[in-house]
Amino acid sequence: MALFDVSGYKSHSELRGQIIGTGVGHFIDRPNQQFSVPVGVDPSGFLKSCSREGGVSIDLNHGTTTLAFTFRHGVIVAVDSRASAGSYIASKEANKVIEINPYLLGTMSGSAADCQYWERLLAKECRLYKLRNKQRISVSAASKLLCNMMLGYRGMGLSMGSMIVGWDNKGPGLYYVDDNATRLSGRMFSTGCGSSYAYGVIDSGYREDMTVEEAYELGRRGITHATHRDAYSGGVVNLYHMQEDGWIKVCKEDVSELIHRYRKGMF
Amino acid sequence: TMFATQVYGDNGKMKEYHYTGPVEHRFSPYSFNGGTVLAVAGEDFAIVASDTRLSEGYSIHSRDSPKCYKLTDTTVIGCSGFHGDCLTLTKIIDARLKMYKHSNNKCMTSGAIAAMLSTILYGRRFFPYYVYNIIGGLDEEGKGAVYSFDPVGSYQRDTYKAGGSASAMLQPLLDNQIGFKNMEGVQHLPLNQEKAVQLVKDVFISAAERDVYTGDALRICIVTKDGIKEETVPLRKD
Repeated sequence: MALFDVSGYKSHSELRGQIIGTGVGHFIDRPNQQFSVPVGVDPSGFLKSCSREGGVSIDLNHGTTTLAFTFRHGVIVAVDSRASAGSYIASKEANKVIEINPYLLGTMSGSAADCQYWERLLAKECRLYKLRNKQRISVSAASKLLCNMMLGYRGMGLSMGSMIVGWDNKGPGLYYVDDNATRLSGRMFSTGCGSSYAYGVIDSGYREDMTVEEAYELGRRGITHATHRDAYSGGVVNLYHMQEDGWIKVCKEDVSELIHRYRKGMF
Repeated sequence: TMFATQVYGDNGKMKEYHYTGPVEHRFSPYSFNGGTVLAVAGEDFAIVASDTRLSEGYSIHSRDSPKCYKLTDTTVIGCSGFHGDCLTLTKIIDARLKMYKHSNNKCMTSGAIAAMLSTILYGRRFFPYYVYNIIGGLDEEGKGAVYSFDPVGSYQRDTYKAGGSASAMLQPLLDNQIGFKNMEGVQHLPLNQEKAVQLVKDVFISAAERDVYTGDALRICIVTKDGIKEETVPLRKD
């Protein structure tokens, strides 16, 4: 029946066939999800063309500043919390960090739905890896899984800029993954439309031998100044610290209070 | 691109009334049917309210087309946007709820429905459902929960949210009255059910004054542990 087909339901025997039927060493489950595509049109241009005709305006949540950097005592991750849909602020307290497991974090920038969906799928794959291999997945492997998911849909208009942060056997790890399937390992990244402003701040204040408090302050400042100048970033700063025994959430502070603290001379 | 750039000019949402040259028209699978939805979560209740006007362009198709749909005894969903997609989406959600009930021998919780809706919406990432959804209900601990979505499935839990055509007018008012934003020296009193219902009525009356697509009547669904109560209040019909 038509509704049954379109609802995405998979019967138990079909699911079993998928799990047992797949070959040994299959790194990622064939996605159970099938995506509907508009007939005869290029998907990435389709949405743009539908907007504005007869009052239709499909605006998707996006826009951000996120940053992460490694230093002597681990990795600092700082994100803003604004989700905009066109020029409307859809949410002031969006959660842009996904806690994959106690040793892995993923940040989200770009399209909110794309980031939420694919990073939740990544969390599922990381959990399956742990169950199958009896050890936690490395940061390198996790970021590669996400990168390959993006490669499968390259050119279809996905928008995701993410940083995978973790601590594994090789020490602290920081990878940048985006919707073009770019995957880079590094010591400092910032993504989103406010990233240029954040880079300016953290580049000038960064030292490898910072104390933990100095590092927290640098992360906070980076996001605060970016939200001050970028229209599509704002809300609160969510700050995480990835340490050897897992991540901790350091603070959640409103940027309007922070900017007053930092720019005492200006106002 | 193969579309003339006049079709989506950047001057807000105003339509071009003068002849500016040949423009290619193509079939649009979407249409905008208006309507506003609102949900508020309290300590032990949740309210989902919507207007009942169904419009298209300059016409009103119906004055009695509410946009709240009851999903389970503890969850109500409000859908606004393109009515065709709203109907199909609610049918699909109902079917999935039944399947879950038969496979797992229990009803889906509000949080689970929200997570499932996110994947249903994302399954149409490349040809979205033009629907703005807000789910209101009680979580497993009996506290009120509101989940708001964008058309492709990005979602989060809120205390209050307005969606649909008058959302940009209502959300700042709710920020002020429920979130106590931009007010100084005010006691942050928690919202009780009577005050919340009155606030929802007042807020929709304001929306009907200034938004052409909102009006006719207001349908309020109040979700408590004793079940779902419905109330209908008249609004401006002009």
